[in-house]
Amino acid sequence: MQEFPDFFELPLEKWIDRGVNWLTVEGDAFFDAIGGGLLQLLLWLEGALLWIPWYVLIAAVALVAWRVKDWRLAAGSAVGMVFIGLLGLWEASMQTLAIVLAATLLAIVVGVPIGIAMTRKDWIESLIRPILDMMQTLPSFVYLIPALMLFGLGKVPALIATFIYAVPLSIRFTNLGIRQVPADVIEAAEAFGATQQQQLFKVQLPLALPTIMAGINQTIMMALAMVVVASMIGAGGLGSEVLNGISRLEVGRGFVAGISIVILAIIMDRITQNMAPARAKAVE
Amino acid sequence: MAQVEVRNLYKVFGSNSNRAIQLLEQGMSKQEIMEKTGHTIALQDVTLEVERGEIFVVMGLSGSGKSTFIRCLNRLIEPTSGEIRLDDEDVLQLDKEGLRQLRLHRMSMVFQRFSLFPHRSVLDNIAFGLEVQGVKKGQRQEAAMRWLDIVGLKGWENSYPDQLSGGMQQRVGLARALTTDPEILLMDEPFSALDPLIRREMQEELLNLQAKLRKTIIFITHDLDEALHLGDRIAILKDGLVVQVGTPEDILTHPATDYVAEFTRDVNRSRVISVESAMIRPRALASRHSGPQVALKLMQQEGVSSAYLVDQNRHFVGIITLDDALAAARDGAKTLQSYITTDVPRTSPDAVLSDLLPIAAETAVPIAVVDEEGVLAGILPRVSVIAALAAGANGNSSPASFSMNGSRAPETQPDAESEAEKAVVPEL
Ligand SMILES: Nc1ncnc2c1ncn2[C@@H]1O[C@H](COP(=O)(O)OP(=O)(O)O)[C@@H](O)[C@H]1O
Ligand SMILES: [Mg+2]
Repeated sequence: MQEFPDFFELPLEKWIDRGVNWLTVEGDAFFDAIGGGLLQLLLWLEGALLWIPWYVLIAAVALVAWRVKDWRLAAGSAVGMVFIGLLGLWEASMQTLAIVLAATLLAIVVGVPIGIAMTRKDWIESLIRPILDMMQTLPSFVYLIPALMLFGLGKVPALIATFIYAVPLSIRFTNLGIRQVPADVIEAAEAFGATQQQQLFKVQLPLALPTIMAGINQTIMMALAMVVVASMIGAGGLGSEVLNGISRLEVGRGFVAGISIVILAIIMDRITQNMAPARAKAVE
Repeated sequence: MAQVEVRNLYKVFGSNSNRAIQLLEQGMSKQEIMEKTGHTIALQDVTLEVERGEIFVVMGLSGSGKSTFIRCLNRLIEPTSGEIRLDDEDVLQLDKEGLRQLRLHRMSMVFQRFSLFPHRSVLDNIAFGLEVQGVKKGQRQEAAMRWLDIVGLKGWENSYPDQLSGGMQQRVGLARALTTDPEILLMDEPFSALDPLIRREMQEELLNLQAKLRKTIIFITHDLDEALHLGDRIAILKDGLVVQVGTPEDILTHPATDYVAEFTRDVNRSRVISVESAMIRPRALASRHSGPQVALKLMQQEGVSSAYLVDQNRHFVGIITLDDALAAARDGAKTLQSYITTDVPRTSPDAVLSDLLPIAAETAVPIAVVDEEGVLAGILPRVSVIAALAAGANGNSSPASFSMNGSRAPETQPDAESEAEKAVVPEL
């Protein structure tokens, strides 16, 4: 066997360990504060979802589905949710939903402004694009490690890992959507004396909205996929059910949890897909 | 004083524009600079003035720098060097806010591809300028409604641009530009994307509007017919250089370079040729107090069948035809007074030839060209009008005007007409 000479070793592994250690120690207060805030958000969302009577929530989802698409989607969504309830996974589903919604919210709040910044200056785009590429090619497990180290076990690191996994999509789609707005239309706004901010809010964002919405849809799908992985560090919810099913070889338990995730995914996908305003859809 | 003055304006696309200008000053051509440095010289040393209230057309082929020029005026494109003065204010010295104020209130723009906001209703498109000014919703919509009505789109306010035809979209573009009540309207080939009939219609409407509004309009086109039709003055741009500035008639009758002459060769000249430049001297001219014998002699000498009568100040009185003069002689009349035909078509020297087509089709005698004081300046045989139109028929005149030429045989004025033909036709 040929051995790679080990007299000169690149100690990247050690550096990263040391960096993360340093962050855990020095940034303790900082991460505690963030973690605390996120935990509040998460608990509040989970509490709200479980506080609302199940039939009200189902009715509300059906109503939204009917408004954005048609009665068929409404009926399908309602049937799907009732089915999850019948499987006995209502509570677990709401926990999962809470993390997905929180992660998506964070991804929008953080991702859309970064996406906008990328359209403003080309150097920002060339800085961020490789980071996004890297983030999207890393296996999802890798995100668990720093999240775990900085925030310990529990819902918050799970949320952070899910967020980090999903945010590149909302950044990319925002950037793409705004760059797709025809230059002559922006020029017209400029010719009429619109400021940069007016151009952004009155022209670029409205015209980019369908693309940004597609990005949000993708973000949600990514978050749902990640939430199963994140259950390894304490996300709870449907992911834990799947995980337990696997580890205890309870095939049925894992299977029904898996089915529930698929149902949630389909409902959220179809609803967000149709959420972009009809008029803006006409724009290529 | 001119409202807009542009002096020594240069625009070079590329990273080292000063070097490109240096090379240009050393006498290198635009093409050589392009090959050597990759820089595009889009405008070179453009100097011109635009008067308040005129339609100033900038014409040139594709790539001649028209769009670059008009965008330098509101600095959508930053000029490389030169000076642009608007009412004596230096536009190139304006800071960001000053420039914004200029765009908000004083200059607005109409685009070749309309460039409407696809996500906004027609009304909200028209109100955009006021919206970015910060005008309240009710007020700006009211103003937008008014302009919507003026451009003939009443009832379409809640539609979206993609539901409108091209012509209607550009009406929205025009209304959007007018709603801020700017002093200057920049129009970059606004009608080029429209089909010819609609284009005509829009040109007429622009002229009608302009008659009321008296804006200063800077209008870009690559179409000479459009330039001649709309322009009070025309600048011809070639490879970023202004080769001629003048009235439509100047451009046609005194092309500054072979390039311009080439350009104008096929134009329907009658449309813009004034009566003054086409009229001829009346050959049989007599005093109103002349007797029949004098008139007959004149007509015989000149070989024509009617004579033009003026008073001692050369004021036009009327004509005497050969038949009437003979009748007067037979009756033994002393003067022609009671034999004069006063019902003669008249026009002014400033009129445009094509406008006389209906008169020319009706009249049997040449049209009298009479100036403001009533002085007979010349005459215009109908053949001059029709020949000019016929010459333009391969260009743009309508088939109707052409067939009129063929269907009507020359009548009572064979000599005057053939004379006129000699005078006019060789020029064409
Ligand atoms: N942004 C640009 N970058 C580089 N070259 C340009 C740019 N815009 C225009 N040009 C060049 O400048 C010249 C004039 O273009 P333009 O003003 O658009 O002409 P026109 O409107 O008369 O067709 C052309 O050679 C064109 O290729
Ligand atoms: Mg152009």
